[in-house]
Amino acid sequence: MDFSWLSDPYYQESLWTGLINTLVLLVVSAVLGFTLAVGMAMARIKGPRPLAWLASGVSIVMRGTPLLVQLFFFYYGIGRLLEGIPGIRESMFWGILRDPFFYATLTFTLSVGAYSGEVLRGALLSVPPGEREAGRAFGMGPFQVFSRLWLPRAIQLCLPTLTGEMILLLKSVPLVSTIAMMDLLQVANIIRDENFLTYEPLLFIGAIYLVLTILLTLCLRQVELNFPGVRAQARSGGWLSRMRQPRPA
Amino acid sequence: MSQFAQEGLADWAAPILAGAVTTLQIAFAAYAIGLLLGLVGAASRLSPWAPLRALATSYSTAVRAVPELLLIILLYYGGSQALTALMNALGVAGKVEISGFVTAVGVLAFVQGAYMTEVFRGAILAIPKGQLEAADAYGFSPMARFRYITLPGMLPNALPGMSNLWLILIKDTALISVIGFSELFFTVQQAAASSRAYFLFYSVAGLLYLLMTLTSSAAFSRLERYVRRGEPDISAQEA
Repeated sequence: MDFSWLSDPYYQESLWTGLINTLVLLVVSAVLGFTLAVGMAMARIKGPRPLAWLASGVSIVMRGTPLLVQLFFFYYGIGRLLEGIPGIRESMFWGILRDPFFYATLTFTLSVGAYSGEVLRGALLSVPPGEREAGRAFGMGPFQVFSRLWLPRAIQLCLPTLTGEMILLLKSVPLVSTIAMMDLLQVANIIRDENFLTYEPLLFIGAIYLVLTILLTLCLRQVELNFPGVRAQARSGGWLSRMRQPRPA
Repeated sequence: MSQFAQEGLADWAAPILAGAVTTLQIAFAAYAIGLLLGLVGAASRLSPWAPLRALATSYSTAVRAVPELLLIILLYYGGSQALTALMNALGVAGKVEISGFVTAVGVLAFVQGAYMTEVFRGAILAIPKGQLEAADAYGFSPMARFRYITLPGMLPNALPGMSNLWLILIKDTALISVIGFSELFFTVQQAAASSRAYFLFYSVAGLLYLLMTLTSSAAFSRLERYVRRGEPDISAQEA
C-alpha cells in the first residue's frame, strides 16, 4: 500500500478543497431542501389542488428515479437546453448556469425536498388537531399556529427520520464527482490517475466518510436532544425520556 | 452534423431495452444474494458467539457508513486485486479476472446485505420469544424452527424494509454505470452522447426507472397484504 502521496502539499490542499466542497454542498442542499420539504408537505396538505398535484408529482418522480440519473438530467439535459437559448451565454447568469455546483445543489435540494417532504407530511398529519385548535383559541393567527405549534410539533415527531435523511444526503455527495465537481471522490480519482494507484486514495476517502458519518451522527444526536420540548419531556418521563436520562435538579 | 441529428430514440430503443433487462438481471441476482447475506448477517448478529457477532456488526456498520458509489468503485478496483492476492497466497498462480456482470452483482449484493442484516435483525427481534421457545419445546430442528416459526413470524415485520431496499437497489444499479458496465444507464449515457439529445435520453432513463420502481412498489404492497393475511386490520380498528 502506497500512501506517500498524502505528504504532497498539493494533494493535501486538493483534499481540503474536496472536503470543503463536500460539506458546503451538504449544508446548502440540506437547508434549501428542508425549506422546500416544508413547502411541499404543506402544498400537499393544504395547497390548492394544482399545487398539491405538482408537489405529489415531483415527490413521486424524485423518489422513484436514481439520483445519478437526476444529476445527469439536470446537468447535461437541462444544462444543454439552456445553452441553446440565444443570448444566455452573454447574460450575467451564465457563470452560475455553467457551474456543476448549481446543478448539484438543485438536484439535491429537490431530492431532499421530496424525501423529507414525504416524512414531514406524515408528521404534520399526525399532530393532534386539538393542539392547533388550542392555538386558535389562544388567539394565534393561522401563520402563528403553523410556525409556533404545528410545524415544531411535527418536527418533534419525525426528527430521527429527518436526521437520517441528512446522513443519506452526506452519502449521496460523491455522486457529484460524475458531473465534474471537485468533491472528495473526484480528488481521489485525480490522485489515482496521477500516481497510477488503484485503491489507496479510495480507502483514504472511505475513512474520511466513515469519520464524517460518525461526526454528523453525533452532531445530529445533539440537535435531537436539544430540540425544544424534548428536554422537558425527558424530564417529565415522556416517551422521549429514553433518549436522555433526566438531569439531576 | 446531419448524421448526428438523424440518430434518434428509434435507433437506440433496442440497446436501451436490452440495458433495462441487464439492469433487472443485476438487481434480481444482487437482491437474492443480498437476502442470503442479510439472513446470515442477522443470524450472526444475534448469535451467542461474540467474535461472530463483532464481525457481523462491523460489516453492517462500516458498509452503511460509507457512500455506495465509493464502495462500488473501491470493490471494483480493489476487489479483483484482493482476490488475486488471496488466490496467490493459497498457492494458485495467475490473475483473477471477474466479469463486469459478476462484479456488479457482487458489489451491490455486498452493500445490500449490510442493510438487509439490520432489517432482518429488527424483524427477528420483534418475534415474541415464547414462540421460538415453544418450537424448541416441541423438538423442532433449527431448520424447521426457522422454516415454520421464524420466517413466517418475521416476514410481516421485515417486508416494509425489504421493499424499501429493493427500491434502493434498483436505483443503485445506475451507479454501476460509473465503472463502465453497460447496463441501462450506461447505454443511455452512450445514446445521449452520440445523438446529443441529452434531455430526451435522460428523460427516457428516468421514465424507465420510474416504471420499474412504481411496478415494484405495487407488487410489494400486494405481497405485504399476503404475508399479513390473518392479522387483524389495524386501520379498520382505528376507524
